Amino acid sequence: MTKPVLEVRGLSKRFGALVVSDGIDLSLRAGEIHAVIGPNGAGKTTLIAEICGGLAPDAGSVHLNGRDVTGLPIRARAKMGLARTFQISALAMEDTVLQNALLGALGAAGRPWRFFRPVLSDRSLRVVAEAALDRVGLSHKAAARTAELSHGERRQLEVAVALTLTPTAFVMDEPMAGLGTEGGARMTALLGTLKHEAPILLVEHDMDAVFALADRISVLAGGRVIASGPPDAIRADAAVREAYLGDEA
Amino acid sequence: MSTILIVEQVLNGLQFGVMLFLMAAGLTLIFGVMGLINLAHGSLYMVGAFVAATVAAATGSFLLALVAAMGAAAMAGALIEMTVIRRLYHTDHLDQVLATFALILIFSEGTRWIFGSFPLYLSRPEALAGSVTLPFGIEYPLYRLALIGAGLAVAVGLWLLIAKTRIGIQIRAGENDREMIAALGVDIRTLYTFVFALGAALAGLAGALVGAIQSVQVGMGEPVLILAFVVIVIGGIGSIKGAFVGALIVGLTDTLGGIFLPELFKLAMEPAAATQVGASLSSMAIYLLMAAVLIWRPTGLFGARTA
Amino acid sequence: MTRESFVNLALLTALVAVPLWAWVAGEPFTITLATRAVIFALAAVGLNLALGLGGMVSFGHAVFFGLGGYSMGILAHHAQNFLPLYDGLIVIEGTKSMPVIWLVAIVVSALAALLIGLLSLRTSGVYFIMITLAFGQMFYYFAISWRAYGGEDGLSIWVRNDFPGLNTLAPIQFYGLCFALLLAALWLSARIARSSFGLVLNAARQVPGRVETVGLDGQRAKLVAFVISGAITGLAGALFADLNRFVSPTMFSWHMSGELIVFIILGGAARLFGPVAGAVLFVAMEHVLGDLWDHWHILLGALLLVIVLFARGGLIGLLAGKARNHD
Repeated sequence: MTKPVLEVRGLSKRFGALVVSDGIDLSLRAGEIHAVIGPNGAGKTTLIAEICGGLAPDAGSVHLNGRDVTGLPIRARAKMGLARTFQISALAMEDTVLQNALLGALGAAGRPWRFFRPVLSDRSLRVVAEAALDRVGLSHKAAARTAELSHGERRQLEVAVALTLTPTAFVMDEPMAGLGTEGGARMTALLGTLKHEAPILLVEHDMDAVFALADRISVLAGGRVIASGPPDAIRADAAVREAYLGDEA
Repeated sequence: MSTILIVEQVLNGLQFGVMLFLMAAGLTLIFGVMGLINLAHGSLYMVGAFVAATVAAATGSFLLALVAAMGAAAMAGALIEMTVIRRLYHTDHLDQVLATFALILIFSEGTRWIFGSFPLYLSRPEALAGSVTLPFGIEYPLYRLALIGAGLAVAVGLWLLIAKTRIGIQIRAGENDREMIAALGVDIRTLYTFVFALGAALAGLAGALVGAIQSVQVGMGEPVLILAFVVIVIGGIGSIKGAFVGALIVGLTDTLGGIFLPELFKLAMEPAAATQVGASLSSMAIYLLMAAVLIWRPTGLFGARTA
Repeated sequence: MTRESFVNLALLTALVAVPLWAWVAGEPFTITLATRAVIFALAAVGLNLALGLGGMVSFGHAVFFGLGGYSMGILAHHAQNFLPLYDGLIVIEGTKSMPVIWLVAIVVSALAALLIGLLSLRTSGVYFIMITLAFGQMFYYFAISWRAYGGEDGLSIWVRNDFPGLNTLAPIQFYGLCFALLLAALWLSARIARSSFGLVLNAARQVPGRVETVGLDGQRAKLVAFVISGAITGLAGALFADLNRFVSPTMFSWHMSGELIVFIILGGAARLFGPVAGAVLFVAMEHVLGDLWDHWHILLGALLLVIVLFARGGLIGLLAGKARNHD
């Protein structure tokens, strides 16, 4: 078995009396989609913050490509290729679609301190940004202002920005949220191909998408992983049915 | 340096501090409940002072002057809340700053139009003239002592209002969750107008009280306003307790710094230079204090929320 | 050509034509007014880098305006009185040379902006506004208490400083100098807005969280923008002092900071030429309305209220329609 690209060991975090992460172990291997599901308040948002930086765990560690990144800031992890998408699109609404993608390319290239040269004339950045837009099917909207995009297009742009980082791993926070049937299907197809470039840790509410896409599923409840395994096993798991899927399954 | 001087200066610092608290309490309340930064708060202070001076001159009653000052400032506050401020609650801070800066221009120039550029004088009430003898034989002006008492009384009153009354509960709810208080059936518009008028009345009171020891003139509220901002930054935005502690710290630092820093420098320098350097540094003391608090605790001593 | 660039071009044409006409017609006072407008515009173009592009509502930019002014005042004061500025192991003399004065003004303002920025950017929102306001007041009181350089009375400079090859005492030549610096600052702002750095800054204003997650340091970009912004406003301060041949603590006053923001908003926020249009409008109002009524600030306040509450695009917005971002 190959070494995991992203690995979380014994991650624990509490806010006062509330335990939000309780010894979480997770791994993400090359080529896979590992979905994390769980009821509201299960600790998914905290988990993402601990993995991507911004929230320091009380105990445990996060490893990216074998390197301990637990103490590193968000920026440093991003530079190592940890690409995150946001549940509520975090895009510069006043800027064009291309500019949003360029921002990612700029971060990946690590050269923001240029004061005179128009960023649009930087061919190497544009190539990266345009390729990412092409990949998610937004090339035709490159010149549009982001505020004018539909909800689904914004979700695609979120993924495109992540793509510009030439990721080693994706962490996606509910990329399907708010998408209709058609948009959901398009996103599902996209993620299915993306996972071969970099594995995806997928935090998602949409159960259909999760069971269609995921190679492995971990179920989070009360800050703990209560079950982990291939979709069929999770579907059959009694504890999961009781704790979470309940009436949905 | 004598004990008498030190005690005197500490009292002066306290007096300055409690007056700053009257300003800062209104500002921090308005920010806490409505999320609004109000630069025109200094104008309400000025309104209080001018109305007090006018009423005192006409009637000879200081008490009446105080009541009129608070009433006029509260009314001016309610008026601008209903016409201008209300439209700013959902806009960004830049709009709030600009609109309230515009109000300052209107208030200051309007006051100059009505009263002219010459300062007015507000004399202290007869009953509080002269000085009292404190323990250790310290002579201290009775009026300034009364200011400290009045400031502390207002602080206690404000605490009781917020901690114990129904409207206090609504105010605290408003700080946490606007929708919840709407759900409680509170008319949020009325509550906001009330809070703004309350803050304005406190500013007007401070202006009137201080007007009797300084001259009453256009622009008098602005230095106090900025000091009140320093108080809030030190104490933490939205916290009345922070405003109180911050106000006392700033009042004492400013007053004592002006006296002791030159003395301190005299130990190491020739007197003339020491006075010069000490005076320059003491004018900066509270801002350096603010910088130190920012480094140590960016959200202020009692500020829980991040700005 | 868009309507906005048409408005911009008209504005620039007026800033060339009106002073030239005044020069030919022998109206030096009009040239002085135009110089005042151009210097205010330069100061506000500086502020707009922080405020418009970086989203930092600095209510303390008078600090840099004042530091620029005092850089000029102190250097020229020593030169005109033949007193060395520093007399120790080495002797530093004052100077009457504008390029040297400008350089000092820029460096001093940039350093102050670095310090104030480092402290103020630990916070954001309302805190940032109040803190920059407070630091402004600190410099104001410091200038008042600093008697060696005039204290409250300020410093007078007898003769305008020199610029190689020009007669700066001729109003039109000094105007030309100020106008050229304004053009340079506008050019710099336009370049920065389109550059990689501008893209980061623009995003740091809109979505700070995003900037970090693509591996960029938004806070540092803001700090750098604040420093450049302070340096430009400082340069304007040096020119302003030279225009009046006088510096005083009022250059540090918080009214000055407020007015700089007002220029931007009067003209139109988030537009390259907004500060220019605003400063021109302000100086025109100050002159025309100020002659008619001593209390014209009431009208200024009313106009500002109307713009904030009803017409966010400012003057250029009224003339050119909906705002377009720098892109």
